[in-house]
Amino acid sequence: MPLLELKGVNKSFGGLKAVSQVSMNLEEGEILGIIGPNGAGKTTLFNTITGFLKVDSGEVRFDGDNIVDLKPHQICQRGMVRTFQLVKPFLQMTVLENVVVAALNRTKSIKEAREKALQTIEFVGLKEKKNTLASGLTLGHRKRLELARTLATEPKLLLLDEVMAGLNPTEVDELIRLLREVNQRRITILLIEHVMRGLMALSKRVVVLNYGEKIAEGVPGEIVKDRQVIEAYLGEEFAGAQG
Amino acid sequence: MKRIYFLLGFLLLILLLLPVFVSDYILGVFVLIFFYAYLGQCWNVLTGYAGPISLGHSLYVGIGAYISTKLAMDFGLSPWIGMWIGALGATLIGLAVGFLGFRFGLKGIYFVLLTIAFAEIGRLIALHLKPLGHMMGLFIDFKPGWVNFHFKGNLPYYYIGLGYVVFSLIVVRAIEASKWGRYFVALREDEDAAESIGINAFKYKMIAIGISSFLAALGGTFYANYIFYLHPTSVMSMWVSIEIIMRPIIGGLGTPFGPLIGSLLLTPLSEIARSYFTKAGLEGIHVVIYGFLLVAAVLFFPGGIFSYIKKILKPLLGSSKEI
Repeated sequence: MPLLELKGVNKSFGGLKAVSQVSMNLEEGEILGIIGPNGAGKTTLFNTITGFLKVDSGEVRFDGDNIVDLKPHQICQRGMVRTFQLVKPFLQMTVLENVVVAALNRTKSIKEAREKALQTIEFVGLKEKKNTLASGLTLGHRKRLELARTLATEPKLLLLDEVMAGLNPTEVDELIRLLREVNQRRITILLIEHVMRGLMALSKRVVVLNYGEKIAEGVPGEIVKDRQVIEAYLGEEFAGAQG
Repeated sequence: MKRIYFLLGFLLLILLLLPVFVSDYILGVFVLIFFYAYLGQCWNVLTGYAGPISLGHSLYVGIGAYISTKLAMDFGLSPWIGMWIGALGATLIGLAVGFLGFRFGLKGIYFVLLTIAFAEIGRLIALHLKPLGHMMGLFIDFKPGWVNFHFKGNLPYYYIGLGYVVFSLIVVRAIEASKWGRYFVALREDEDAAESIGINAFKYKMIAIGISSFLAALGGTFYANYIFYLHPTSVMSMWVSIEIIMRPIIGGLGTPFGPLIGSLLLTPLSEIARSYFTKAGLEGIHVVIYGFLLVAAVLFFPGGIFSYIKKILKPLLGSSKEI
């Protein structure tokens, strides 16, 4: 049984079909990448999977249950958690408190949550910053904080929305290493990514969206040669020249 | 950490001994300081910590005042008991406002309008309901004694008011240190992010407005038994709601001591200005002064005066992380 299963998911805004008949499976322990040009519906897809938007039709099965009617917090409690493309740290809280709040998802005890949060902060490499207000962090650190916050909820499945965007090459490398380690802890990862280096290094399989539809799926090496994918990214002329 | 409790204990001792040294008039000013600090704290729980902005907190004060007063007048029930019934009544209304606002996702200015609308409905009902005194208001017979919550002079009210403030501080500190408090702040900072990490936004905002309205109603009982006269304009009007929110905003939103500091600064000033300008035949000018103060506070002390006091006290107290 796949950990996450989408069956014909549709989501429209007025006349615009943001997500159209998207189906895909995600096996436990896998890292799956989603790519597509701007406006392809990637983030909308994330929003529908995690309950921030209601699907118009279709099924989202997580761990075997249809979760389309659940609220984001219920979905998180079941073990699926997402990051946001524009990071949303709790600015007036310290790094530690940010993560403590998330750790409270699995425990009632503040003490336990603090311990868990400290471990998680150390894991993402923010230990020295633990008493800094989140508002005082750089973008790179904010992204790590967001990652720490999601990890502290003890997810089975992590949905990452462009966590590498805006990072410098060194930071990207560190994040790749970090995410591999996360994956080794049996946490399945679904990631939207424009930073191709990161995507290629991490995902074993890639799904390509364009105008809300899934146009290709396969291993990264093949995907980049796919005619439709080149067309979507670079236009028909290039696809012709290549093909 | 220890030193902060020492300092607070010292301040409390000063306040406990203060009545020995000052006149009854000054005590009266302090009663108002405590009263508004308390109400500010109630509002702080909802708006300062959890985020939704209420401009209708006078409603809960009014409900608390009217219920406990009517129970005392018609059934002879001591306000000390009636205040809890009033608080439950206010909580019910608070939860109704919360349900409408949070269930249907009213945010920002739209939630503000909802709270104003409910407060106005409450005021108009009180204004036109005969058992609540109609346009004339409700006169409370003075029957001195502990059971009746009626006292001569300001001294007993001073200590009761101080008790209210200490009680509210303890409640807020307990909330701050708990899971609830952390969830409230997370919701205030970013509701989507909070939901995404497993926080039920609706539930915890309901808890916040429930606590806030419950506490505010207890303040209403105090007011009724201090002034001995209830009129919708004096307990349930928009102006009362504004008075409630001024002090925590100036003192520091979402901080335990903000409302008290704000009240210590603003209430005496407003009292002096009120009596001075009224004597000079310029009634209402103190409202203008309020406006200027608010603008000045927001300009020069964004985040409230408390955060500056914290900075000043930092070398004295060591790590002030715990405040």
